[in-house]
Amino acid sequence: MQTIFGKSVFGGIAIGKISVYKKGEQQVKRVKVEDTQEEIERFHRAKEEAIKQLQGLYEKAVKEVGESSAAIFEIHQMMMEDEDYLDSIENIISSQQLNAEYAVATTSDNFASMFSSMDDDYMKERAADVRDVSERILSILNGESKDTVQTQEAAIIVADDLAPSETVQLDKEKVLSFVTVHGSTNSHTAILARTMGIPALIGTPVALDETVDGKMAVVDGMKGCICIEPDEETLAMYQQKKKEETEKKQLLQTLKGKENITLDGRKIMVYANIGDTKDLAMVLQNDAGGIGLFRSEFLYLEKDTYPTEEEQLKAYKTVAETMAGKRVIIRTLDIGADKQADYFELEKEENPAMGCRAIRICLTRPEIFKTQLRALFRASAYGKIAVMYPMITSIEEIRKIKTIVEEVKTELKEQGIAFGDLEQGIMIETPAAVMISDLLAKEVDFFSIGTNDLTQYTLAIDRQNPKLDEFYNPHHEAVLRMIAMTVENAHKAGIWAGICGELGADTSLTKTFLKMGVDELSVSPGNILPLRKIIRETDLSQEQ
Amino acid sequence: MQEFQYKITDPEGIHARPAGLLVKAAKACASSITIAKDGKKGDAKKIFAIMGLGAKQGDEITVIVEGEDEEKAAQTIEAFLKENL
Repeated sequence: MQTIFGKSVFGGIAIGKISVYKKGEQQVKRVKVEDTQEEIERFHRAKEEAIKQLQGLYEKAVKEVGESSAAIFEIHQMMMEDEDYLDSIENIISSQQLNAEYAVATTSDNFASMFSSMDDDYMKERAADVRDVSERILSILNGESKDTVQTQEAAIIVADDLAPSETVQLDKEKVLSFVTVHGSTNSHTAILARTMGIPALIGTPVALDETVDGKMAVVDGMKGCICIEPDEETLAMYQQKKKEETEKKQLLQTLKGKENITLDGRKIMVYANIGDTKDLAMVLQNDAGGIGLFRSEFLYLEKDTYPTEEEQLKAYKTVAETMAGKRVIIRTLDIGADKQADYFELEKEENPAMGCRAIRICLTRPEIFKTQLRALFRASAYGKIAVMYPMITSIEEIRKIKTIVEEVKTELKEQGIAFGDLEQGIMIETPAAVMISDLLAKEVDFFSIGTNDLTQYTLAIDRQNPKLDEFYNPHHEAVLRMIAMTVENAHKAGIWAGICGELGADTSLTKTFLKMGVDELSVSPGNILPLRKIIRETDLSQEQ
Repeated sequence: MQEFQYKITDPEGIHARPAGLLVKAAKACASSITIAKDGKKGDAKKIFAIMGLGAKQGDEITVIVEGEDEEKAAQTIEAFLKENL
């Protein structure tokens, strides 16, 4: 039995087998092959398939974003058919009698280093294109030869760290827990674990190799440790604990259908945060009053190219219809900083958290923004949709958004496409927005305070940096005053204000928020019922 | 053999998109087309070779065309360069 400690980001107990998650590039093994001719043919089949995929992406992109943005897929095809590239791969296979995967990976490294050694920033970045092209071929080769798909049964996922684009690809039904070697409490793996209500650990020094893969383990989200190959006694103890936990959960279920009201009669809306339509089952199970934050960027992150208006409409419509008349707040694209999608081709930035992200991308690339707005307006014909804009810092931004919104509505009207009207609100997540919240409140229908970014910007602490966790105090008086000020200014202008950041679920602050007059708390589905329990036990008249 | 010089005027140089178009244009010709810059040579029908030259704005490149349709091919490539780079 081996016990390794890390930092817990969500409590609970998971018992199951470990599945070590490795990135594609690490899966390449060097294997001797007998029949090199067949191996070369195997490579060509994979390459042809890859070209077919790229052709499909190209045609789709031409239709959606136009010829010039689609050109990258054509260039990728040319790279795959480049004689020098092919010669190198075939050479390694035939002269060294090695497998196609190894030949592709080695050639990829060589060509990529040719670009990265060039004294031109633009060309340096092309190394990523070479890797992308090669990864595509590799994944096809792997799919052909590997008969096991990641995990067949539900497992504890152990990884170095997971990028948002990787977590979206995991089949969530098959994840019991996340344990990562790196990552911080605010990383996306952590947020995802909270959404799913499963135990998760970060900063856990687990060996990522065969020594743990497939082994039985217990993740204790309370103590913050993973116990690999537990002895019988330990396992029995955890099974008992897990049973008690389940019973506690069932008790919370008795709170379903009850109001979110304090003992002295103050009501508050409790909504759910979701990142995918797959989370809707959790939303309904936990009796959310609505959706306070639907992170639309997951629609963008799980794809290789821009999601179309129809694809977006389908997702928004599903949420609107499932929530059957309850409010659904959809946040427009919040990409950039730690959430990247290759096809946006965003430039590398010195300081991405303060860079071109969220509404800034939408306002500089209005065609992407318009597609999303069209889908949102059309979906609002099917339910009560509200739209929320992230990273607002000025009145001018809201005016620009309004101009684009008017254009979208006019276009839809002219084209005779049905659409509904929707509430428009903004995220309050910059100190600038807080300071002018009195002015902003006159322009919009509601505020939603994003405490994660607001805390990061107020305290000047990078939330991706795990070394700063000790300085990161989410209960900092400055942050609480920011929230109080925002709520006060919202009420003065007659609009409502909610909290959709992680702080909303912090039950040690629930009473504080109720006193401030916060109108809505939007939390991960798993936190709704525990929060309802606290609200129903609170008596505001007893204090002061 | 046909040979001519061309000075890159595009502010981004031979970046990915024009390199792709150049390869397309070159592949349509029967002749062999070589582009040289500062002693480095690249086959115009190979995208990695062309991008590997790292030709930037202001750089002078030499285009060497050799083959049965060399006259026509040289004209095609020159016209392409003027229009795109």
